[in-house]
Amino acid sequence: MTLSFQQILSRISFSVLAALIGICFALPLIWFLFAPFNARAELGLEIPSPFTLKNFFTVFENTFAMRGLLNSFIQSIGGVVLVGFAATLAAYALSRSDIPGKKSITYLLLLFSSVVSGSAAMVPIFLIVSKLGLIDTHVAVILVFAGGLLPTAMFILRDFIDGIPKSYEESAMVAGASSMQAFRDVALPVIRPGIVVVVVWAFVNIWGSFLIPFILLRSDELMPASVAIYSFYSEAGTPIVTLLAAYALIYSFPVISLYLFVNWKFGFRFFGGIKA
Amino acid sequence: MASISFQNVTKSFGDFNAVSNASFEINDGEFICLLGPSGCGKTTSLRMIAGLETPTSGRIYIGDKDVTGLHPRDRKISMVFQDYALYPHMNISQNIAYPLKVRGENEATRGERAQEVADVLKIGHLLDRLPAQISGGQQQRTSLARALVNPSQVYLFDEPLSNLDAKLRLEARGFLHHLQHSMGMTSVYVTHDQAEAMALATRVAVMDQGRIVQFATPMEIYRKPATTFVANFVGNPPMNLLPVEAMVEDNRLKVKADGLDVADIPMQRSFAEAVANNPNITLGVRPEHLRATAEAENVVRGKLFANENMGAEKLVTIERPDAARFTARIFTDDDIILSEDVALGFSSQHISLFDTDGNRLALDDE
Repeated sequence: MTLSFQQILSRISFSVLAALIGICFALPLIWFLFAPFNARAELGLEIPSPFTLKNFFTVFENTFAMRGLLNSFIQSIGGVVLVGFAATLAAYALSRSDIPGKKSITYLLLLFSSVVSGSAAMVPIFLIVSKLGLIDTHVAVILVFAGGLLPTAMFILRDFIDGIPKSYEESAMVAGASSMQAFRDVALPVIRPGIVVVVVWAFVNIWGSFLIPFILLRSDELMPASVAIYSFYSEAGTPIVTLLAAYALIYSFPVISLYLFVNWKFGFRFFGGIKA
Repeated sequence: MASISFQNVTKSFGDFNAVSNASFEINDGEFICLLGPSGCGKTTSLRMIAGLETPTSGRIYIGDKDVTGLHPRDRKISMVFQDYALYPHMNISQNIAYPLKVRGENEATRGERAQEVADVLKIGHLLDRLPAQISGGQQQRTSLARALVNPSQVYLFDEPLSNLDAKLRLEARGFLHHLQHSMGMTSVYVTHDQAEAMALATRVAVMDQGRIVQFATPMEIYRKPATTFVANFVGNPPMNLLPVEAMVEDNRLKVKADGLDVADIPMQRSFAEAVANNPNITLGVRPEHLRATAEAENVVRGKLFANENMGAEKLVTIERPDAARFTARIFTDDDIILSEDVALGFSSQHISLFDTDGNRLALDDE
């Protein structure tokens, strides 16, 4: 195959452009991987020499930061369980039942959710939580996150369930299963990839969120990692880059491992029972 | 096994009547095909027997029991779905045995029964596979095995063969016929394929726009279609239909159209009124009753339009002066040499007549 001069030129310029864009994304990630192992890390990119784990040991000694990670786990897992459970049941009902106006209900919820979880609603949310006497509790954070994420989770899941033929459950019911058994034995396993997507999405959302726990919580013992990360700023407000980098790597670890785990364990392999 | 009875069953979706006031009886051990084009209400009727749809009005009985509002699980039925609906997360054995599982059979019995049924259907070696790992034909047999594993009163089939390729479909059709004959199970089978209905059914219910147009044995539907719709739907190629003008003369019926010579038809009671009210009737002849000869009781003439060789037979189509086409199935191994002008002959016993509204004008001995 011979290429004209113009084609060669356009291919070269495309590759150069793609490489430039790629570098813009890659540089922070490379810094993110190198800096934690460098005793003199700066904001510039530098290969660690010597390679050290000293930053991590210092971070492990910071009990506030360590408890922050535990708190993040409590709040994320609490929120994920609540969102996963409620969204599955709600989405299944919205997809399969003949409730009149179910479409508008879903859209209305979705519309409101973008308001509720946004910072615009922080004042009323704070007031409600305060009236309930839940300020400075994990429950407050979990409930507010669940409320904010549920409509979108429901929406995603409902779309997913809509795409699954009803004949799965129908065949189960004809075979002698009750509606409940059909849901548990047949629908739930088939919906599972969708639930997993929603769960991962909700986990990442809660894990990385700063504003809501920062406002609803008071005591240091309850602050999640996203807030605790500020303990690596000096009094003057300048970041201690070495420790910040090490903590950031630890902080990102659960999210990365969750992705890897889900990809390995579930993936999207349950297809083939329905002949299209 | 049990009989099924529909009593004035109507099913509406909003303003649309999917099934309008259908009443029929299915006897114990019969194999009934619901035949019709898409949207005629055949699948809705089947789903009402299964309990997956509830009738808007009317009652449905299985045996002596009114099942109109009953949950599907309480109807003692089995059903094969068009898309098979195999559970993708269960292996073939678990799929087949699922009806036993929900009825509380223990695991050993379930495994045994699944193996038995699977062996009969020649999928016994696939029990450990997942549905995604077997072929379409094997999936179809798995869904059939799941329907057969638990004895039921009624077996329902929703176009079970429509997703198979042509060769497998014929094979599966033969197998279903054999199965039904040896087990004598009451079956209701939905299809839009008239050949399937003719081959399998003890009786066929032809449906159109939510109504049952004709409910009779396959031979009767083939020989004496009740309406032009049935005549057009059953048979491949369908019955040739030709608008003609009818006249009564000397107590005999004469029909006339360009290029058509039809011997007088002895006057029948059923004709008299219809022809008097409206002389524009329709004459029908099946393609296989036409011969490539002008020496016959009745002859239809036209210009050669197409001459297709199908192997066992030849399909000769002529175009008539009024642009209507007539197709003949001619069974011969010889090449037929046709000139531009073709005459096709047929005998009087093969004529069907329909009134202006498309309803059959019955001969008095029918």
